[in-house]
Formats: sequence, C-alpha cells, structure tokens
Amino acid sequence: MNKQISSLFEKAGGVYALPVILMVIALPLVGSFPTWVTLTVAGLGMGMMIFLMASGLSLVFGLMDVLNFGHSAFISFGAFIAASVLSVLAVWVGADNWVLNLLALTLAIGAAMLFGLVAGWAFEAVIVRPVYSDHLRQILITIGALIVADQLVLVIWGGIPISVPKPAFLQGSFFIGDISIEIYRSFAFVVGVVVFGLLYLVLNRTRLGLLIRAGVENREMVEALGFRIGRLFVLVFVVGSALAAMGGAMWGGYQGLISGELGSQVMILVFIVVIIGGLGSIEGSLLGALLVGLLGNYVAFIFPKLSLASNMLLMMVILLWRPYGLKPAIKR
Amino acid sequence: MSDHILRLDDVHTDIGQYQILHGISLNVPEGGVHVLLGRNGAGKTTTLRTIMGLWRARAGAITFHHHDISNLHTSDIARLGIAYVPENMGIFGGLTVAENMRLATHSDRFDAGRLDRIYDLFPAMKTFWDRPAWALSGGQKQMLAISRAIIEKRDLILIDEPTKGLAPAIIEAMIAAFREIAQDTTILLVEQNFHFASSLGDSVAVIDDGRISHHGDMADLVADADLQNRLLSLSMNA
Repeated sequence: MNKQISSLFEKAGGVYALPVILMVIALPLVGSFPTWVTLTVAGLGMGMMIFLMASGLSLVFGLMDVLNFGHSAFISFGAFIAASVLSVLAVWVGADNWVLNLLALTLAIGAAMLFGLVAGWAFEAVIVRPVYSDHLRQILITIGALIVADQLVLVIWGGIPISVPKPAFLQGSFFIGDISIEIYRSFAFVVGVVVFGLLYLVLNRTRLGLLIRAGVENREMVEALGFRIGRLFVLVFVVGSALAAMGGAMWGGYQGLISGELGSQVMILVFIVVIIGGLGSIEGSLLGALLVGLLGNYVAFIFPKLSLASNMLLMMVILLWRPYGLKPAIKR
Repeated sequence: MSDHILRLDDVHTDIGQYQILHGISLNVPEGGVHVLLGRNGAGKTTTLRTIMGLWRARAGAITFHHHDISNLHTSDIARLGIAYVPENMGIFGGLTVAENMRLATHSDRFDAGRLDRIYDLFPAMKTFWDRPAWALSGGQKQMLAISRAIIEKRDLILIDEPTKGLAPAIIEAMIAAFREIAQDTTILLVEQNFHFASSLGDSVAVIDDGRISHHGDMADLVADADLQNRLLSLSMNA
C-alpha cells in the first residue's frame, strides 16, 4: 500500500507537486474560490520574496558549510536602502506614469543589490574567510557582525519605523470577476520566477553552475580536478548577499513599514526554507519558500490561532519524512 | 629509468596531533604502474593526499617533473598534470556521467579520440552517459572515476584502492583497463589486494607505520615468497 502511494506520488511529480497538493487541499477548507485565489496569489508572492532571500544562504551553506547568521543584515540594509532611494525619488514613485514608477523601483532595487554585492564581498573577506571549517566561530562571529549591522541600521535610519513608498503602478489590487489580486504580490511573484529562471539556467546550463553544483557535493574533489573553490565561494557569497538585499527591498515594499528588526524576523522563515528545501539546492529553496508562503496565508485565514506555529509544524513534518530536506543537493 | 616523474624526500605529515608519515622517501619512475602496498592505517592514503596537497606535509619535499609542489594549492597541483582518484571515488552523485566528465576537462570540450578510448575501456560509460551518477553501481562509479582521470592527458594518476568492494569480474576488467592506460601515463596505485597489485605493478613500495619498508621491482617481490611473508603478512591476502 505504501509503495503504491509512493509510486502515485512520484508519478504526480514527487516533491514538485507539493505546492499544488497544498493548494488543492486548501480549496475546500477556505470555502470560497475567489478568497482561495487571493490567498494563493498572496502566498506565492510571499514565497517568492522569501526564496530571493533564502537562495543565496542555501548555496553558501551547501558550498562551503558556512553558517552565516549575518545574512539577515543584507536583508535589512536592502530594505532600508531601497526605502531611502524610493523616498528620494518620491516624485517618480507617485507619478501617474508606469515608466517613471518602474525606473524608481529599478533604481531602488539596484541600489540595494549593489550594496549587497560590495558589502557581501567585504563581509566574506573580513568576517567569514578567517573562520572556514569552524562552525562555532562562524556562529559567534556572524552573530556579532549581525549585531553591529543592526546597530548601524539604528544609527543611520533611527529606531522609529519608516514607511516604504510603493510605486503607484504597484498599489492596490486588480479584479478578475469577484477575485481580488494584490498587484504588488503578483509583481513579487513574477520577479521571483525570473530570478529563479536565471539561477536555474546558470546552475544547469553553464560551466560555472556545474562547478557550483559539484562544489556543493564535494568541494575537495573539485579542487583535485584543478579548480579553486575559494574563488567560486566568494562569487556565490557575493551574489547570495545581493539576492538577500533584493529580497529585503521587495519585502520592505510588501510590509510598507519597516524597522530594524525586519531582517531578524524574516530570517526565521529563511532558515526554515533552507532547512526544509535541502542545503545547497536552489530548487529545494523554491519549493520550501512556496510551501512556507502558501501555508502561512492559508493557515492565517483558516486557523488564525495556528498561524504562528504553522511553519514550525511544516518543518517538523517535512524533516520527519525527509531528514535531508525536500530536494537536497547531495544524493545519499 | 633515470627520470623520476615524482619524488618524495623525507616527507612528514601530521593529521591533527597525530604524526602519520614519518619521513617517507619515494621515487616514482616515469611510465608504468607503481604500487604502494600496505596494511590499513599504514599511511597509504595520507601519502596520496599529501602529494595532492589535500593535507600539508610538515617537513620534506615533493617534486613533480623536478618542480617543488610541496606548497602548491591542490588545484595548481592538478593543473600540472596529476589526476587523483580517491578511495571513495569522489563522484558527484547529483551530476550526470557526462557532467562528471566535463568537470575533468579544462576546456569544457571532449577530445573525440580520448572519449572513444574511454568507451572502449568502459562501455558502461557510453550506455549511462546521460544518467545521474548516483544511480550507477559501485563498479560503474569506479569506472567513471578512472574515466574522469584520463579524459585529458595527465602525466601521473594517483589511484587509491580501486578494487575495494568490487566483484572479481570487475577487478579483472580494471586490470585490463589499467594496463591500457599505463601505456601513455604513469600510475601510482595504492592497494591492499596483492593479486591485483602484482598483476599490474612494475615496481612496488611497501609502507608500514608511515615509513617505506621496502622498495623494488614487483617481479622480485612476486618471486620471493619469504620476502612476501616478511613484508606483507599482516593483510595482503588476495
């Protein structure tokens, strides 16, 4: 019987079908189709924003076995830098012209990503590189760096939450019949799909991606084949930091009001996604992020009292079923 | 035989607080198969890993083609023309056979002639070319590991216990393959299986407790039962 269920599950797409299965289960529980569509789009958008933040961390974790608790600093800075750029460009942000809106948003996200690239490079060289292969020191020093970064956010932007101007073309919702769909979350979903597509292409269609995937499995062997894994790691770390900053910028727009705790709060979801997805796996991160986003929205609507615990329960169930996550990079 | 492709002079290697190699000196002549024999824990794997720079020698010198490689990075040692097949084979299970092979090329392109040679040696590589490597059997994984080492011209191949856990029929196929590979490449083979080692080896060094206790022609060791008993009695039964 178990074999039959397992075979049926694999035929249906295996773990890739899980978000769809979750959607189907949620439909009768939500009761109303328009509400279900609204919640589903909201969950997918939220999941994609979490994916942006989690993908880099997962690769860094998988490739170099580095526990970077400072990852959330890039999320916070990304959100605040984007908010500042959007405030400066308030005229473009509020203009009744989608080109100007899009330009302002691109500049805001671009500034956040540029910060992620530069700060990620410095963070790797100064903080992470001296503590390779020493998990305890990694945890201590990256948490220390996170505390410093959080205090810097307070020094630069103050302790009072600041509002994030949302470009006019992303405000409000659009309707399909009775179904209300939030524009911003739909946009976040599209951005996430594009980023995933690019990452997927790089990882699966280029030599660089081949080296990264091999390095996640066995970095020593990659070096024995003649490649410097350290340089590869710097690249992954820097890109991962930029993606975290981008995710932070998108998340800030979604929240509307951001404070210094933003990074630390989101980081819990990011860690859950990385763990349930499987270390070092971009596809796993995407699956985990979609499940977390969808479940969070469905449970908040159906069982509001369970909403805080839902992601922890999801992690428990998945780890009991697949101890190495849904799509681990390393085949055991 | 005047030219040695690889030379270890008084090499000492520590792992943590333990000293594993106590002054290994070894000359590997260019061409042929040269075997490093020894029981478990004698220091065979440590010797290969030290040559590859995966563990650093605390003292001593390692020269390859007369260049000191003792302090080079592993990747630079590999690029000088040394291939390494570790005991666990080092296969990337999440990648296909083709992707594993691509990683071993520095130009990302296959030389058609070398690829045909690999297909002749190991037909399974052609059959399973697009399959994920994790799905291969133990013997096929070993074939992939060896294929990866010869997909481009290498001057020296270090192979760590390739017969471990393999069926006798596969071991015979490996012997034939190694004989063919050794025609244009030098092989330094670490083994415990004396039948396999003696079928292939031109020269042999016996390592015991991190020291070379014997060095000479394999034929002499095969012919001298007393010497075999004295040197290899601990664990060398084929």
